Amino acid sequence: MNRLKSGEVNLGTSIMAVQFDKGVVIGADSRTTTGSYIANRVTDKLTHVHDRIYCCRSGSAADTQAVADIVHNYLQLYTQIHGAHPPVSSAAGMFQDICYDNKDALSAGIIVAGWDKEVGPSVYNIPLGGGLFRQPWAIGGSGSTYVYGYCDATYQDGWGRDETVEFVKNTLSLAMARDGSSGGVIRMCVITEDGVERLFVPGDKLPKFWEGREVLSGPVKKSVEPAAMAIE
Amino acid sequence: MDHFPTNWGRPRNDAFDAYATYPIHQRPYNGPKDSFADGVQRTQQPIVTGTSVLAIKYKDGVMMAADNLASYGSLARFKDVQRLHQVGNYTVIGAGGDMSDFQYIQYILEELSIDEISAQDGHELGPVEIHEYMSQLMYARRSKMDPLWNSLLIGGFKDGKRFLSYVDLLGTTYSASTLATGYGAFIAQPLLRKAVEGREDVITEEEARKILEDSLRVLFYRDARSLNKFQIAAISSAGVSISDSMQLDTAWSFAENIRGYGAQTQ
Repeated sequence: MNRLKSGEVNLGTSIMAVQFDKGVVIGADSRTTTGSYIANRVTDKLTHVHDRIYCCRSGSAADTQAVADIVHNYLQLYTQIHGAHPPVSSAAGMFQDICYDNKDALSAGIIVAGWDKEVGPSVYNIPLGGGLFRQPWAIGGSGSTYVYGYCDATYQDGWGRDETVEFVKNTLSLAMARDGSSGGVIRMCVITEDGVERLFVPGDKLPKFWEGREVLSGPVKKSVEPAAMAIE
Repeated sequence: MDHFPTNWGRPRNDAFDAYATYPIHQRPYNGPKDSFADGVQRTQQPIVTGTSVLAIKYKDGVMMAADNLASYGSLARFKDVQRLHQVGNYTVIGAGGDMSDFQYIQYILEELSIDEISAQDGHELGPVEIHEYMSQLMYARRSKMDPLWNSLLIGGFKDGKRFLSYVDLLGTTYSASTLATGYGAFIAQPLLRKAVEGREDVITEEEARKILEDSLRVLFYRDARSLNKFQIAAISSAGVSISDSMQLDTAWSFAENIRGYGAQTQ
């Protein structure tokens, strides 16, 4: 089943997180693949590591689940020890430590996003090597390659909640339409000071874009009846 | 143990291809070279590919289905491709695998049809002849180590008889009242067999369509190289009819309340 063609890496996912004035919107598709078999078509890739800190997981499902579980545990300890909610930067730092120190063994692309009292909203991208990159918006997973252009052309600073949700929904929909390793439903979380709101877009209600004819050769013609030869 | 010395020390992945069979192996050759022939390229791995094709026999004839997608690896590159092709008045050929090779097959069959028409011998090419021609062609190409990288279903109705057979890049052929290629062979075939076997002479056109649609839906759920846009071809005494592209209803609302992957509740 795991017949990866040369160059095809199993980073099957489209994930993203975008910061806005009051919080962050994170989103992901719901497809988990083993090769080209869809092992789970309704996956939840938005993982709670703290009440106001979530991570989006891409890459190996096993690796990212293991890492997220460890960070979840560390953050529970942090909360007990410090008596306060951890900043998003600390959570991101924990992810980075694990991903960097085990870079040879892990296949994990993680986006950490959330809200804290000190800084407000923030988004951190931790790609394969274990580097840490804070960005106003971050995309990841195999599907992200198809939407860099759309995101670069569309993103604006200063958006509110609704525009940001629209941006995430459209971006993921475009990525899911082209990437075979992404698909299913769109799951989103809006994380603000007041709480976490879960949003769900089912697979048959995704925003649609251009679906028209791409192949220039026309439709199948019925076979031409031979015209009788004119005989004088 | 790898018995082939030319593979020793070369890259391979024990997980899925311990004998480095793919792409196709070629022994090193150190004799006289033909510069022209060296420029000739051969299909050794499929590039732009189509996925499953399904087909069943029903009361009035044969029905075949395929989606409209040609993938480029995992990229859903061409989303409006016709993988069901009419040949003459009695046959439809459906292809999975390399789409450039399928376009070449369409060209070959077009030439064949023209030759047959101009022969004016009172005979017309039916599905039996098309299948025999294709199996000869596919096996000959495989024996030259230059396969047409396709799995084909050939279905038709002529002289009151239904026909449905399979031929692939190796030249393997078989026939049954339900057939499927690619992922369909694993996922759809059991569903097709359950619905059809023993009832070929009873199933109406509407029921046949529903059986194929149900299988296509499962394939859309589980095959990461499929698309929810497909066509169904029906061949009966009324001739060949390939439908316009259609879309299927899918169920997702049950997923709304799923959280996490283990202990997570939020």
